[in-house]
Amino acid sequence: MSVAVELRHITKRFPGVVANKDVSMRVETGTVHALVGENGAGKSTVMKILYGMQHPDSGEILVNGTAVNLKNPNDAIELGIGMVHQHFMLADNFTVLENIILGAEPQHGVTIDFKAARAKVAEMSKAYGLDVDPDILVEELGVGQRQRVEILKVLYRGANILIFDEPTAVLVPQEVDDLFGALQGLRAKGMAVIFISHKLDEVLRVADDVTVVRAGETVAEVKAKDVTARQLAELMVGSELPQPTTHGDTRRAEVTLALKDVSIPTATGSRDLISHVSFNLHAGEVVGIAGVEGNGQAELVEAIMGLREYTGSIEFQGSTIDHMSVAHRHDLGIGLIPEDRQRQALMMNSPLWENRVLGHQRGKPVMRGFILDKKATIEDTKRIMEEFDVRAPGPMTAAAALSGGNQQKFIVGREMSKAPALLVASHPTRGVDVGAQGAIWEVLREARTKGMAIVLISADLEELVGMSDRLLVMLRGAITAELDPQKTTLEQLGSAMTGAA
Amino acid sequence: MKKLSPQKIALALAAPLAAAVVSIFVSSLAVLASHKSPFNAYTTMWEFGTQGGSLMEVLNTATPYYIAAIAIAVTFRAGLFNIGVEGQLRLGALFSAYIGAMFTLPPVLHVLAVFIVAMTIGGIWASIAAYLKVKRGVNEVISTIMLNSLAVGVTSFLFSKYFAVITEGSNNLATKELPKSAWFPDLVPLLTKLGVPEQPGGSVNGMLLIAIALGFIFWFVVNRTRFGFELRASGANPIAARVSGVNSKKMTFIALVISGAIAGLSGLPAVLGETHSYNMGFRSGIGFSAIAVALLGRNSAGGMAFSALLFGFLEVSSRALELIDIAPETYVIMQGSILLSSVIAYEVVRRFKLTLQSKELAKVVSA
Repeated sequence: MSVAVELRHITKRFPGVVANKDVSMRVETGTVHALVGENGAGKSTVMKILYGMQHPDSGEILVNGTAVNLKNPNDAIELGIGMVHQHFMLADNFTVLENIILGAEPQHGVTIDFKAARAKVAEMSKAYGLDVDPDILVEELGVGQRQRVEILKVLYRGANILIFDEPTAVLVPQEVDDLFGALQGLRAKGMAVIFISHKLDEVLRVADDVTVVRAGETVAEVKAKDVTARQLAELMVGSELPQPTTHGDTRRAEVTLALKDVSIPTATGSRDLISHVSFNLHAGEVVGIAGVEGNGQAELVEAIMGLREYTGSIEFQGSTIDHMSVAHRHDLGIGLIPEDRQRQALMMNSPLWENRVLGHQRGKPVMRGFILDKKATIEDTKRIMEEFDVRAPGPMTAAAALSGGNQQKFIVGREMSKAPALLVASHPTRGVDVGAQGAIWEVLREARTKGMAIVLISADLEELVGMSDRLLVMLRGAITAELDPQKTTLEQLGSAMTGAA
Repeated sequence: MKKLSPQKIALALAAPLAAAVVSIFVSSLAVLASHKSPFNAYTTMWEFGTQGGSLMEVLNTATPYYIAAIAIAVTFRAGLFNIGVEGQLRLGALFSAYIGAMFTLPPVLHVLAVFIVAMTIGGIWASIAAYLKVKRGVNEVISTIMLNSLAVGVTSFLFSKYFAVITEGSNNLATKELPKSAWFPDLVPLLTKLGVPEQPGGSVNGMLLIAIALGFIFWFVVNRTRFGFELRASGANPIAARVSGVNSKKMTFIALVISGAIAGLSGLPAVLGETHSYNMGFRSGIGFSAIAVALLGRNSAGGMAFSALLFGFLEVSSRALELIDIAPETYVIMQGSILLSSVIAYEVVRRFKLTLQSKELAKVVSA
């Protein structure tokens, strides 16, 4: 077997992530090679370097045995390197087909040969089981489907070295199986697959080789068959993994949130985005919403927050909030951790202290009447940074400079600072490192004990089962099952989510 | 981080200095192309431009630029772009001259009334674009450009058909002259009292004070109030702003209407302070130059004041170029090259700063 990609002693300083001090890895053709490590350990940086998006300060990159200098992703693509990003890079207002061929359009004279493109995409969709309607606009797709588009996009460009950045973060077990099936197929065809993840059981299932990075350094290179998940975890963090668990029943009598027959009809009159959703959520209770991405969870959140019109009724602490604006709902004490932090929760180019104001601009401590209290805001930003271990130089640092985990800790801290009675938490630990994950779980546990009600939406089934008092399964916009997390296995939950059971 | 290190000062100065060097270079090429000495051109401009009378003229030129630039900056800060200032100010000027001449009020009240007319007309005109944007999703850049053409047509039509009065022995059509109570006082008497020597034929438009006040209000509202925060949030990340409870449609509407209202004011220095009527000689292009002023001033109150003065200075001082047989329009090349090079220079410095910040962060995180 030949070596497809080799990195030798890569060093790099990059926005928000630990300096890559010394990363080396060898990826052979016809293998799946996992790169594991906590978020912030430098995995994504290494991959960005390999994909030409960043340039190493020192070190060597060899592709198929030749040292290369990757100036930009085009160089990488030319060498057959393709990347499926963690944060999707798709044009919302283009169709799936247009997104896939964007930048590599088959020409038909001066026009684009959509027919040929469509045929090729359809064929690939089928071959890899990546089923997406090519003519739908990307903005109408859920996160899971967007990822499929990303994968198709890379395959379309004929990549033979594929990088997957946390590809399973948004998938349910059955979909993970499908993806892994596709990865095995790619491997059989002699491609090199680089698989970035911090989910160790998945890594051990799919990978041949594993490279572990910690704090910007390669700490181990092992064969997957020679190690256990525990050994890998220890290599990764040097300590035990936190568990998503809650203790005891903290449920109180009063109902914090009540949904009654809530539906969101579509403009076109086709199937409702969410349909006849009803449930009660008590103070001190966590209700987990399980479902494959794109089955109405995002819309449910939007309905609760008032971001979308709905029929039916939503009550908060006993009185209806249907007529209330988004701002009013925030101010009543509903907190939100949105699913896509960079798009929905942060002003990336603004300093942290200004981001502290976002969503809280109608009250203390950031406002004095209608006037922004800059001094108090900066003080409170410092408090959040300290309490929630947000690693950044100070409140003046731009949000963009922080790593994903630190951004998320900041957002959680910001939402918790108004002590909400209800927290709508959408993927609260998606893409954050193990340490931050444990910290966020701890915050939620504590608030639950104090009587906060939580609507938890997550694609991480362990998190969902571990943190929830009750599980509601959403399928095609409707609640199809209610499960007791204590008596449900991940497999049963996965089946319920896909409607197989 | 907060302290002024030499590095920080160097960074702050790097962009404007680089921009100045590049633009002087480009402008020199333009002068050289007409076989004249750039050095001679600059010294002539400087000598003429720094005379007392010229400086007053610079202030008078900069005043409407500044007000119009603030109007544009309001929308820029909200992630919108009002190109329609030209039309809004023209309509505002015409109506305020016409309606203002219909009645007489005590001096201050009369001026205020004219302000209200100008702001209302500008705001209403902008509200068409705002309505189209909010209700129909029409891009405000397109609609305001089209509304500009419409405004030029409408003002010409109304002016020549209905609003203008013909004065015997004059070729210049103009609206009825405003009563004295609506005139904005000239600042020269005040300046003389403060010890500034009087200049022959020199005048300083009193609207300068209004422009300065507007600058302060703009700074305060945008940077220090909830409204300003929501405006900036809508510009920085409209999705996040909406999720956090900002009514984005309302914000878009308000930003465009406020912008139109301020734009309406920018026609008043001429109407209230100089001609005391709307006439055929009403200066065109203020609304477009103001876009460049806002861009160069980076939408900040102080920055725009500087760039308005700079543009005014170039415009006034370049009149002297005619004396040495260089086309005075050279100033347009200067303005253009300053704008272009500063936009580029600021972007380069911004990226450099981000890299620095990242390095600093890497130190903190790995520590």
